[in-house]
Amino acid sequence: MVPLADYLVLSAVVFALGLYAVVTRRNGVAILMGIELMLNAANINLVAFNKYAAPGAVQGQIFALIVITLAACEAAVGLALVLAAYRSLETIHVDEINLMRW
Amino acid sequence: MTGEAIAFYGLAAVILVSGLVVVSSPNIVHSAVALVPAFLGITGIYILLGAEFVAGIQVLIYAGAITVLVLFVIMLTEGGTGLRQRQRNEQGPIGASVAVAIAVLLIAGVTHTTWGRGAGTLPAYTPGAIGQSFLGTNLLVFEGTSLVLLVSLIGAIIIARKEE
Repeated sequence: MVPLADYLVLSAVVFALGLYAVVTRRNGVAILMGIELMLNAANINLVAFNKYAAPGAVQGQIFALIVITLAACEAAVGLALVLAAYRSLETIHVDEINLMRW
Repeated sequence: MTGEAIAFYGLAAVILVSGLVVVSSPNIVHSAVALVPAFLGITGIYILLGAEFVAGIQVLIYAGAITVLVLFVIMLTEGGTGLRQRQRNEQGPIGASVAVAIAVLLIAGVTHTTWGRGAGTLPAYTPGAIGQSFLGTNLLVFEGTSLVLLVSLIGAIIIARKEE
């Protein structure tokens, strides 16, 4: 049986990859992709803890399902914001979007 | 090495390789497409962990919906793929060192902790148990999530709509 620590290490590395994308990417869509990776890392942790720490309950899986739902909300709103920014500022590079009002 | 271990390390390799492509590819479309194997690998991890329902939802929402949404927005902005644009800012070394530091910290933390094992076993049919829980003890969470979903989708439509 694969130990719990292996799942947690995998999730830590995926989280670090997502963080790297969020910190270094200029494109708003790529930043959102990094956020999705970080949320997936959290979900791996939740489901792994569900199996190893509290197998009698399904609370970890329920938590993961809610995180997936909220990630879909976040993606929809974030991509709508990217589209709105592109429409008014003609760019989606977040280091060029530096105006409080247009 | 058991079959479970082989499956786990294979899936972990798929996730990490495609995750590296996601964060480092200079072509944003390649990044978006590389999200699909990453999400499908995580689906395999869920199946290994006995969470079949979460795995199905992961395929439907992440590998299906979110990736398509991301590809749509890439195609709608920057005249297609934005291949000619620089995709990374000047914080590459700092970002890499922060990410590596956090990964090392987390890995050191989880490998030096002794994790106890909980009592009991997973239900034989987890989708049934999840449904019972969502319409029983977690009813408020379920309704709250559906409300958030409704509000965020209306908000997304209003934000993305053309202003007259």
